[in-house]
Amino acid sequence: MNIPVSEVDIQAVRFWKRVIIKGISLFLLVNLLFAPVNPLPMLGKISAYNRIFPGRVRFPYGEKPDLAYNMSLYSLQAMFASHELAAGKKPNDEYRVLLVGDSSVWGYLLKPDNTLAANINALSLKVVENKTVRVYNLGYPTMSLAKDLLILSDAMLYQPDLIIWLVTLESFPIERQLDSPILQNNPSSMQDLIRHYSLNLDLNDPRFSKGNFLNDTLIGQRRALADNLRLQLYGVMWAATGVDQYYPPSYDPPQEDLDSNVTFQGMQPPELDAKDLALNVLSAGSLIVGKVPIIYVNEPIYISHGQNSEVRYNFFYPRWAYDQYRQLFKQTCQQNAWRCLDEWNLVPADEFTNSAIHMSPLGTQMLATELGEAIISIHQP
Amino acid sequence: MLPLIIIIGLTLVIGLLTHSRWRSWSLLVASILVIYWLQPSTPIRHLDFWLPTACLGLSIFGWVITSQRDAIFARTNVLAEVVIFALVLLLGAMRYLDPICCLTPTRPPELGQIFIAVAIISACSFFLSRFGQGRVGWLYGLSILILGFFVILKSEPLARLASMGLRSINAQSVSLATGLDIRWLGFSYVAFRLLHTLRDRLSGRLPGMTLQEYVIYVIFYPAFTAGPIDRIQRFVVDLHQPEKFSAERALQGGRRILMGIFSKFVLADGLALLALNSINADQVISTGWLWIMLYAYAMRIYFDFSGYTNIAIGLGHLLGIQLPENFERPYLKTNLTLFWNSWHMTLANWFRAYFFNPLTRALRSRPKSLPFPFIIFIGQLSTFILIGLWHGISWNFAIWGAWHGLGLFIHNRWSELMRSKSLSIEAHPRLKGLVSVMGVVITFNYVSLGWVWFVLSKPDQSWKTLLKLFGVG
Repeated sequence: MNIPVSEVDIQAVRFWKRVIIKGISLFLLVNLLFAPVNPLPMLGKISAYNRIFPGRVRFPYGEKPDLAYNMSLYSLQAMFASHELAAGKKPNDEYRVLLVGDSSVWGYLLKPDNTLAANINALSLKVVENKTVRVYNLGYPTMSLAKDLLILSDAMLYQPDLIIWLVTLESFPIERQLDSPILQNNPSSMQDLIRHYSLNLDLNDPRFSKGNFLNDTLIGQRRALADNLRLQLYGVMWAATGVDQYYPPSYDPPQEDLDSNVTFQGMQPPELDAKDLALNVLSAGSLIVGKVPIIYVNEPIYISHGQNSEVRYNFFYPRWAYDQYRQLFKQTCQQNAWRCLDEWNLVPADEFTNSAIHMSPLGTQMLATELGEAIISIHQP
Repeated sequence: MLPLIIIIGLTLVIGLLTHSRWRSWSLLVASILVIYWLQPSTPIRHLDFWLPTACLGLSIFGWVITSQRDAIFARTNVLAEVVIFALVLLLGAMRYLDPICCLTPTRPPELGQIFIAVAIISACSFFLSRFGQGRVGWLYGLSILILGFFVILKSEPLARLASMGLRSINAQSVSLATGLDIRWLGFSYVAFRLLHTLRDRLSGRLPGMTLQEYVIYVIFYPAFTAGPIDRIQRFVVDLHQPEKFSAERALQGGRRILMGIFSKFVLADGLALLALNSINADQVISTGWLWIMLYAYAMRIYFDFSGYTNIAIGLGHLLGIQLPENFERPYLKTNLTLFWNSWHMTLANWFRAYFFNPLTRALRSRPKSLPFPFIIFIGQLSTFILIGLWHGISWNFAIWGAWHGLGLFIHNRWSELMRSKSLSIEAHPRLKGLVSVMGVVITFNYVSLGWVWFVLSKPDQSWKTLLKLFGVG
C-alpha cells in the first residue's frame, strides 16, 4: 500500500508526540520517586568489587582518576563496598584489625604493598587461638577525628577484633572537624553521631550539605550516580594494574626551615585549651567499639632541625602546642584507661616524604613493627 | 555537550525555517561560524582565529583554480566572497564588543591585521583566477601545499618547528614551542575534500560549481571535525534538492543523533576509563586483563568514531543532506577486506580512488608487467601505510598501516587459495556458519592486535605489549 507522504508525516508526528509525552512523564516520575525513596545508599552497596574485581586495599580516593584509577566520592556505602573488608564472611581463623586515621594511614605516596596495613600483615602475626592477624586499611586522607569516627561507626559492621586509631594534633581542632567533604556530604550520619554521643560539634553547621527536593532527585544526584559507576569501571584498571594512586615523578620534602610564627590554628601560647580540641570524639570512638579493644596511637611526625626548629617541630606544629597536646593525649588515655601509644618521634626525619606526617616505606615499616608488638601484647597477660 | 546541543538547535532552525537559496546561504554562514567557534585555543597568539581563516582561504583558492574561467566574477560568486569576508571581519570585530566577545576561544587579532589577511586572500584569488585556473601546474601546486601543511601538522618535529616560527613572528617564547601547539581543527578532512576536488578537476570529473557550494562542501559543519568524507558531486545535488523537512526525516535524524550521543558520550567515554593506553600498557600485571584493555580500546575507538559519524549523519538528515555512511558493523565482518569495506568507509574509498587504483593501474600498465600478486602487495601495503601516516607521521602509525596492508594481502592470497573449496563449504550450512564465526573472531582479533601499534606511541612499547599479550615477557 502506498502511503502518501503527508500520511507518513502524520504518523511520524504522532509517534514523536507519544515518545515525547512518555519520555517526559517517565522522566518526571523517576525524578519524583527518586527523591523520597533515595536509593543511593542501596545502590552504593551494589559493587563489582569483591565479585568481579578484587576489593581495594584502601578507600577510593584520588584527584587524578585517569592516572590513579581511583577517585574520591562521597558515598560511604560505595567506599566500603569497594574495599576488601567487604569481601564476604569473616574467616574463622582471622583476627581482624582495622586501622583508622588520616592520609598517613591511607598511605599517601605509598604503593599498596608499602602501607602501614600491608606492613603489619607482612609480619604474619598470630594471636589467640592461633588466629592470623589481618589488618585492613580504613585510613582516609583528610585530617579530622570526626571523619575517622564516621568511618569507624560504619566499619563496626565488619566484626573487628581490634581497632587501631592513629591520630595527630592536626586532626583535633574543633574548627577542623567538619572540614572533610566526605563528612559534609553524609550529613545525616554525622548528625546522628553528634546527637548520639553529644559531640561538641554544631548540628546545623553550614558546611553540611543542605538537602532539598531538587538536590535529591535523579538530576540532582546525577554526579553521585556517575561517580559510583566510574568507580566500578576503574575496578578493571585496579584489577589489571594494582595501581590505586598517582605517584608524581617528584615532590617537595617537608619544610626544614620554618616560620617563626608560633600560633597553632589561631591558638596562642602558652596554653593549649582542651576545649578547642575534639577529645570527646575519641571518647565517642571508645563507646562505638563497645567491647572491641581499641588502641589510640599518636602517629609519628617529622622533626625539623632547620631554622626556627627551636620553636616549631615542623610546618604543622609549634613546639609548645604539640608538647601540650601530647600531655593532654596522655592524660586523657590515663583518665579513661585507654590503651595508647605515643610514637611521635619514632621515625627519623629522612623517612618522611612530602609532609610532616607522610612516611616513606621504611618509616612506615618502623611504625608497623611497633604496632605489631602492640597487637600481640593486647592478648598477653 | 552544550556545543552539541547548540549545533543541533541551529541545525533544526536551518532545516525547518530556511528554503531554497536561503538554505545554502544559511548553511554557508553557519558553517563559517561553527568552524571558528569549535576551533580550540592554541598557545600561539591569535592562531585560533587564523587557522579557520586559512581553511576559508584554502577553500577559496581550491574553488578558484578548479572552477571555470571567469567564474570568479559571476555575481553569485562575488556575493559569496563578500559574505565570507564580511563574516571574517565581523568575527574579528567582535574583539571590540566586550559583552559578546568572542566566538573564537581567545580575542581575535586587530581588525587591521584581518583586513590585510582578507586583502591577501582576495589578491591571491584574483591572481589564481588570472593565471592558475584549471592549469595542471597550479592544481598540483595547491595539492602539494595542502600536503605540505598536512605533513607539518602530522609530524611532531616539523609541527614544533612551525610553532617556533609562528611564536617568533608573534614575539612569543620560542623555547616553549611544542608539536601540539598547532591544533588545526578539521584540517585532515578539509585536506581530503580539497584534494578530492583538485584531483577530480585534473581528471575532468569535477562539475562546475559556485563558490558558495564549494565552501559549504569543504567546511560543512556537521562533518567538519570527524567526517564522513563526502564526494562533492553527490553533496551538491543534495544541497540543491534537499529532502523536504518532514517529521519522518526529523525522526531519522533524531534517532541517529541519539545513537551517536549514546555511542560517544556513554559507551566510548565509559570504555576510555579502561582502554589500553601508553601509561597503563606498562602497568598491567596480567595477560588476561591486558586483552580486556585491548578489547576495551577496540570498542572505544569504534564507538567514539562511529558516534561522531552518527551525529554528523543525523545532523545531515535534519538538513536534508544524506551524508555517506562510514561504518557498517565492522567488527562483525568475516575477513579483513570486508572489515575495511565497513570501517571508515569514506576514507578507505578516498584512498582507493585516489591512490590504490591509480597505482595498481600504473603498475599493471608497465611494459614489463609485474606479477599480479606483487602488484596487489605493493598497492595494499603502500595504501595502508599512507592511511597510517594520515593519522600521524610516526613509526607506529606506519607499522599499523603495514599491519593492515599485509593482512589484506594475506587475505587476498588466502581467498585465491580457498576459492576451489569455497563451493563445498557453501554446501554445508553448519560448516559455513563455523567458518563465518571463525572469520569474525580472527578478523576482530587481528584488527584489535593492530590497535596496539595505533594506540601506543613507541614501537618498542608496542612490541613488548604484543609479546605480553601472548604471555611473553
